[in-house]
Amino acid sequence: MSDSTKSGLTPVSLWRRSVNALATLAAAGAVILVLMPLIAIFGYLVYRGIGALNWDFLTQTPKPVGEAGGGMANAIGGTALILLIASCIGVPIGIGAGIYLAEYGRNRFGDLIRFTADVLNGVPSIVIGIVAYGIVVIAQGHFSALAGGVALAIMMIPTITRATEEMLLLVPQTIREAAYGLGVSRWRTTLSITLRTATSGVITGVMLAFARVAGETAPLLFTAFGNQYWNWKINQPTAALSLQVFTYAISPFDEWHRQAWAGALILILLIVLSVSAVRLAASRGMLKGTS
Amino acid sequence: MANQALGAPRLPGPQPVAKPEVMAARRADAEPLIKAGSSHVSDGLFHVAMLACGVCVLALVGLIVYELIAKSGLSWHAFGWKFFFRSDWDPVNEQFGAWPFVYGTVVSSILALILAVPLALGVAVFITEMSPRWLKGALAFTTELLAAIPSVIYGLWAIFVLVPLLRQYLEPFLGRFFGWTGLFEGTPYGIGMLAAGMILAIMVVPIVSSITREVMTAVPQQQREAVLALGATRWEMIRTGVLRNARAGILGAIILGLGRALGETMAVTMVIGNRPEIARSLFAPGYTMASVIANEFSEATGNTYLSALVEIGLALFLVTIIVNILAQVLVWSVTRGMPARGHV
Repeated sequence: MSDSTKSGLTPVSLWRRSVNALATLAAAGAVILVLMPLIAIFGYLVYRGIGALNWDFLTQTPKPVGEAGGGMANAIGGTALILLIASCIGVPIGIGAGIYLAEYGRNRFGDLIRFTADVLNGVPSIVIGIVAYGIVVIAQGHFSALAGGVALAIMMIPTITRATEEMLLLVPQTIREAAYGLGVSRWRTTLSITLRTATSGVITGVMLAFARVAGETAPLLFTAFGNQYWNWKINQPTAALSLQVFTYAISPFDEWHRQAWAGALILILLIVLSVSAVRLAASRGMLKGTS
Repeated sequence: MANQALGAPRLPGPQPVAKPEVMAARRADAEPLIKAGSSHVSDGLFHVAMLACGVCVLALVGLIVYELIAKSGLSWHAFGWKFFFRSDWDPVNEQFGAWPFVYGTVVSSILALILAVPLALGVAVFITEMSPRWLKGALAFTTELLAAIPSVIYGLWAIFVLVPLLRQYLEPFLGRFFGWTGLFEGTPYGIGMLAAGMILAIMVVPIVSSITREVMTAVPQQQREAVLALGATRWEMIRTGVLRNARAGILGAIILGLGRALGETMAVTMVIGNRPEIARSLFAPGYTMASVIANEFSEATGNTYLSALVEIGLALFLVTIIVNILAQVLVWSVTRGMPARGHV
């Protein structure tokens, strides 16, 4: 812009230049304002979390109120159990629906499913909790890890479906045609050629869905419910890291507050690690060997 | 797109081949991928299996609607439409009205949008139009990291960091200078509507800014070059060339943020104070639809109580669905025609 003054064109008025500078400043200011809470949150998590993190925290179950020590080992195990159940249910259905949309769903019915998946994606997590309560907890008669897993699976499905579809559509049609040309049947082409080519992209989608539900609390409140002890049975109430952080955070005890920070740190590490892994995979190229 | 529109080639599948001796001889050393004729059944089965997964998605939404409607019937019959406009919440006498929760949800979400939208637009404009290239990726990643933080961690941080800050500095300040508006009066507890609005704002920023960025990227580069060629400054180019063309999509992004704010549960529950009261002051505690479900659902005794909570859930579901569909349509109006790409 400064060139215009030199080249003899009408100079840009001071007013317009200062508005431009102000707008730039405002935008940069907005970025700094948004980064501040991010830095503050991570800073506090590390600062308060590391202080409370120790071997006991990772290996022991919670102590009764008033006793120092104890940990969240059972909650870490519970989160793993619930996420395992959720993945076992959500991943196959999500990928299957994605395959359907990409390979067979170029029609009205496919559009309907696509639209429904987007709707499902926007349903508040607490509402998913109510539904999981209605279909699993009431049927079983008590809270359970299975109910928590079902709730999280419902939340994973739409994300995985849309990611799988997008990734499969990126696979060039010529590759499929080459397979057909060799006489490979359609299902075999889809599984061994198309899905195989898009594997890293599909894994990205699965990990994103996983990271999204790993920290969910609201749908677990009245499904997994929480537990002070170890539990590996899928039909029993189970502790979860996010639930434990919630319970401890709103409690009036300092010792529990300390542990809430440590639990939150573990939780965020889990999520950040999986998101960064996804980023790394994405930057390496979603589709290896197709370009 | 042309490839996709064609779909899979309409080949009749591998034809049963007459087997000359040459083929038979070759089969001995290299097992073929398929045996001729077997693919018809397996293709059909595979199609049905994948279709079943797709139908699962439909069935899930159907199940959600059914569950919510069936379980809220009791409260619906007892209170009707008035349920949403009554403000008594009295589990002991089985009198339920959701107005304080509706009010709390709406006020906290609007407050969040007022705080978040200018920031989110600023971030989006900076990242897409102003930032040097080396900073772009890092900034985009960090703002998206905000979206990956679980709600309960926002809540934890809000309780121990944000709320004390509000109580000691911001709320006394607002009370002294803006108390006359009536919005900032009363004891500064820290916990209350203002805290909920602020934490929601922090949570909504990444969504609004990432969708806005997507929409702004969809504006053709020629638009920018044309405006710049007319002698506009960079800001004038952004305002007239980009923002004006993307405004429908940006509105969509804002509404999407609203959808997220309406349904947000944990962080709000932890700082809003959880009292079913309606106060003009933003310092006062409130309650939202999502947090009343979170707090009372597992302890609800009595069928009407449970049913009333499910009805609140149903209302929340319907509102967020409508809001999300509206937003989706607005975003599509700008980005349609763009090739599908991964949102990572």
